[in-house]
Amino acid sequence: MDIKYFSWIREGVGSAGEQLSKPESVSTVHDLLDHLSGLSDEHARVLGERVFVRVAINQTHVTHDHIVADNDEVAIFPPVTGG
Amino acid sequence: MVSVSVQSEDFDINAEIEALRRENYDVGAIVTFTGTVRDIGGTLKSMTLEHYPGMTEAELERIAQEAEKKWPLVGSRVIHRYGALAPGDNIVLVITLSSHRQAAFEAAEFLMDFLKSKAPFWKKEETSEGANWVDARETDEAALKRWQD
Repeated sequence: MDIKYFSWIREGVGSAGEQLSKPESVSTVHDLLDHLSGLSDEHARVLGERVFVRVAINQTHVTHDHIVADNDEVAIFPPVTGG
Repeated sequence: MVSVSVQSEDFDINAEIEALRRENYDVGAIVTFTGTVRDIGGTLKSMTLEHYPGMTEAELERIAQEAEKKWPLVGSRVIHRYGALAPGDNIVLVITLSSHRQAAFEAAEFLMDFLKSKAPFWKKEETSEGANWVDARETDEAALKRWQD
């Protein structure tokens, strides 16, 4: 999986993203966020408040119950503030 | 016809309008919206806009296509900047063209409402107090609801 972070989630994690193979335990976005939260204290802190965590898969907005696949590009970001 | 650009450079509103007028017939109404960097109380030093290359363009394209489905537009243009901006700088330009004014007015509002809640951009403000990411406003999400029926 090609994970990308943006805005204060990117700064909080301290990285623009990471590559990983989809763990067995992960089937939905929600599961993936749980898995990523376990990677470090920084991940846990910025991904903890799920209401502020938005996700796009292959560049399309999805909800947290969306199914993820091993070859997905998964972007994780706070609510957008353009315009 | 939909035309979307995500760029660091500034835009020239009059040149954009002229280009659209040259390309399209049956234009009786042109609505433009320009969003600029607001300097709240004179404390803002700069603003940086982060985006998601690829998805940002795709999302703006989707929103503009949706507007063209909902209203009889002759053309539309969306330009959104990214990178470092100063107080007063242009951020976003929306232009809608139609035969009559109502479609152009409504489509421009629709485009901005969706852009603000869906297009992947994030603003970071650098003020005299320090740097902070701008919070999303609940009113932006609420603004989408009126287009749902």
